Amino acid sequence: MATDRAAGRSTDKGERGGMNNSDLTILSQAGVTPDSTLSRVVSSRGNIIGMTQVAEEAVLRPKETGAFSHDLRASIAARVARLAGDEALAAYYAADAGQYAALADPGTPGVQYKELAAVLSFVDKVANQTREATADDVAGLQHAGVSDADIVRLCELVAFLAFQIRVIAGLRLMQRGTV
Amino acid sequence: MTRIIHRFTRKVPEWQPRVVPVKLEEATPQQLEALKVTPSNTKVSDYVLTLAHDVESLSVRSPLFNAIMYDRGGMSREERELGALAASMVNRCVYCAAVHADRHAKLAKDETVTDELFAKGEMADLDPRNKAIFDFSRKAAEAPPSAGQEDIEALSKAGLSDEEIFDLILSSSLFGWANRLMHVLGDPVSRKETA
Repeated sequence: MATDRAAGRSTDKGERGGMNNSDLTILSQAGVTPDSTLSRVVSSRGNIIGMTQVAEEAVLRPKETGAFSHDLRASIAARVARLAGDEALAAYYAADAGQYAALADPGTPGVQYKELAAVLSFVDKVANQTREATADDVAGLQHAGVSDADIVRLCELVAFLAFQIRVIAGLRLMQRGTV
Repeated sequence: MTRIIHRFTRKVPEWQPRVVPVKLEEATPQQLEALKVTPSNTKVSDYVLTLAHDVESLSVRSPLFNAIMYDRGGMSREERELGALAASMVNRCVYCAAVHADRHAKLAKDETVTDELFAKGEMADLDPRNKAIFDFSRKAAEAPPSAGQEDIEALSKAGLSDEEIFDLILSSSLFGWANRLMHVLGDPVSRKETA
């Protein structure tokens, strides 16, 4: 039927600087569709949702990558999402992991990526045993030759993901409640 | 002599970085631009100078932080601080917990809630609304997050609107981010006494 194609496909470009829900990771991952009850609830915080997407760009695909290329960052992001039990978000990031695809699986032995062993154990600890992180963990990276600027970059990546994972998890819970 | 603080307190410590912060006199134009907007909007702290190592993140993080914690409407500022505090307690970010317990006490004009939380943690005796807020936020802060449908329902039952619930999700999650910077990149230390 010719009318089907146009129906319900009107985009809301223009809102949030030309982004629609499918461009916004937290909304698309939580399954928040335009015109839904939940979409109306969150619309008053459109600025925050838009800035969260800009933050994703800044930690996943920054212009200045330091020691962590875009594909390595995507792989670390997939790994952190998987550690948090979010397979859908892990798959979203793993799609860009390129040569580092295997590293996205926390179960993969570190043999292939020996030079990244210190980085990966730091990532895993900061992601999921945050309270146990100590000065020794930062010193460990420094001894492994990671610069202070790269330590901050790595922390921002893992820390942003902790935020994004929890916003998505919360929205999914709200979404289930409104169905 | 500085002493690392390990116990939760409302007395805000100093923060001592574990890496070398960017030196203001050596900052790039982009770093200087990002340093103008900080979560506290006061002098440039060692914390913000540390984050300036990743200027692209800092540039978006500061306005995002301010929007989540301070934008008008929705959940009260006091209750957003409670979400921030719950996450900071789960992640044992003593510095973050001090700042946000102090803000909560000042906004609420009441120290009993944060006294009770620091004394008893998740066993704290709180009114139903504060309890629902604290319980959701602390479970959401666990890794992996463990908040469930029943925690959202408890928030609704305690009288929170959907807009307030979303604001709580944002403020408690934000501290999943902030705690992983502050607690990992530095130590909370006692303030130096001026001789």
